[in-house]
Amino acid sequence: MNLKLKVWRQKSATAEGRLAEYEARNIPPDASFLEMLDILNEELLAKGDEPIAFDHDCREGICGSCSLTINGIPHGPVNLSATTTCQLYMRKFTDGQTIYIEPFRARSFPIVRDLIVDRSALDRIQRSGGYVTARAGSAPDGNAILIPKTEADSAMEAAACIGCGACVASCPNASAMLFVGAKVSHLNRLPQGQPERHQRTLNMVKKMDEEGFGNCSNHYECEAVCPAEIPVTVITQLNRDYAAASVSKAVS
Amino acid sequence: MDAVLGNAPRASRHAAPNHSSYSTSAVNFLASFYRSSIGKKWIVALTGLALIGYVIGHLVGNLQIFGAPEKINQYAEFLHSMPRALWVVRSVLLAAFFLHIFTTIKLATENRAAKGRTNEMRATTSPKPAKKTMVVSGLLVLSFVAYHLAHFTARITDARFEKLNHDVHTMVILGFQNPLVSGFYLLSVFLLCLHLSHGFQSVPQTFGLNSKSLRNAITKGGQALAWIIFAGYASIPLAVLLKQLTPAH
Ligand code: HEM
Ligand code: FES
Repeated sequence: MNLKLKVWRQKSATAEGRLAEYEARNIPPDASFLEMLDILNEELLAKGDEPIAFDHDCREGICGSCSLTINGIPHGPVNLSATTTCQLYMRKFTDGQTIYIEPFRARSFPIVRDLIVDRSALDRIQRSGGYVTARAGSAPDGNAILIPKTEADSAMEAAACIGCGACVASCPNASAMLFVGAKVSHLNRLPQGQPERHQRTLNMVKKMDEEGFGNCSNHYECEAVCPAEIPVTVITQLNRDYAAASVSKAVS
Repeated sequence: MDAVLGNAPRASRHAAPNHSSYSTSAVNFLASFYRSSIGKKWIVALTGLALIGYVIGHLVGNLQIFGAPEKINQYAEFLHSMPRALWVVRSVLLAAFFLHIFTTIKLATENRAAKGRTNEMRATTSPKPAKKTMVVSGLLVLSFVAYHLAHFTARITDARFEKLNHDVHTMVILGFQNPLVSGFYLLSVFLLCLHLSHGFQSVPQTFGLNSKSLRNAITKGGQALAWIIFAGYASIPLAVLLKQLTPAH
């Protein structure tokens, strides 16, 4: 396959960036999107040019490191079903197609270089309450704490979040509420999360606001691009739990 | 339990220093709630709900114009027979309206700042005309409300209305016989209902009452309700323009 690429190049956090054009030639249809960039980078290196910098790690869709906004959509066109950029294959594109490759954009995700953005704001939100303080020890006996199947399932659904930040990048408001909703719901839906439920919710929302993320206005773009298929009902739960936690704090 | 799982060790280990704290005392509850992103969303939804209540109530009142002329005139007299209640309702609505506008504009400004620079290629996963135009549709509704109040409540835009006293029936029909007045009215209620086609379904989500099983019904039901309301409001100027409604005298 041959493709025309328009790639965001930016030397440093403070440098002015721009779209640069490249031809990706002889790309096997079974290459992943990142492998396509690897092939292009080999060519750039051979010519003595600076390779395109992008984030990646596991390349199997579980670590949340890869990013890229592809033709305006984080992790690429959504009609291809939930996927990360590393699990997106070139056969899903057509020969000769023009592809825009840009970073995950948000004020809270400053660009480090080219397509790499700093997503540590999400880690700081996680550190503000996305855990259970008690030392958990080794795995508890099976069925020592009974959890109804439906609750276990809905907690697992929220826990599937890999923290990639596509929700923020897709949101016209750069809101992190799908991420925070997933992290809050995951623990607030389980018995182990109950003692710190209110404090966790208040702390994580406070940190989310401090980090400068926007406010959800129910566009639901996040849900459409989420590679882990986190539903926006985690945001429903966040809205509910936040109000409950605020009232509970006020009257206690 | 707090000693084991509690907040004290966490607060000292994890609390980030020197950021504005969301005070937790009851006195500051409202202020800190309002300062938070989710608190503002709750205010928008609460005030939106109050406005929706009015939009529906007002429609039910207006539709009485299709009855005998006395019917809507008696209804208007009934409302004016309790001036105190009328002013309480008006004040609450006015406060809700301004709080709604103030808060949504604040949210929109914050959101723009949070997004910062956008990508060159912009795309969404599906078309979203109502959602993208909330501020514009809202502000046009605001300009309509100002005109509408001047027109039918203060009656300062049309000299003929002065002689009509409580004859609301004739006033509305005379008013809508002007195609410009009717056209602006139709456009405005269209925009209001576009606003509500996203607004209705947003309220349960903001209040934490959405769920996987209810979701489809909430979305479809909200949109249907918005367009039913549009049909109701639009029917009056259309009936006047099509001469189905004519002055009694
Ligand atoms: C009769 C008039 C109005 C009614 C009935 C109404 C109703 C609503 C409702 C129900 C919502 C959804 C609340 C939620 O997010 O849960 C909403 C949202 C919104 N309204 Fe209004 N509204 C009215 C006037 C206005 C005006 C004058 C503005 C002008 C700025 C405005 C701007 C907005 C915006 C921007 C949102 C989206 C907020 C967000 O999701 O972040 N509205 N409105
Ligand atoms: S590289 Fe790990 S999820 Fe894509």
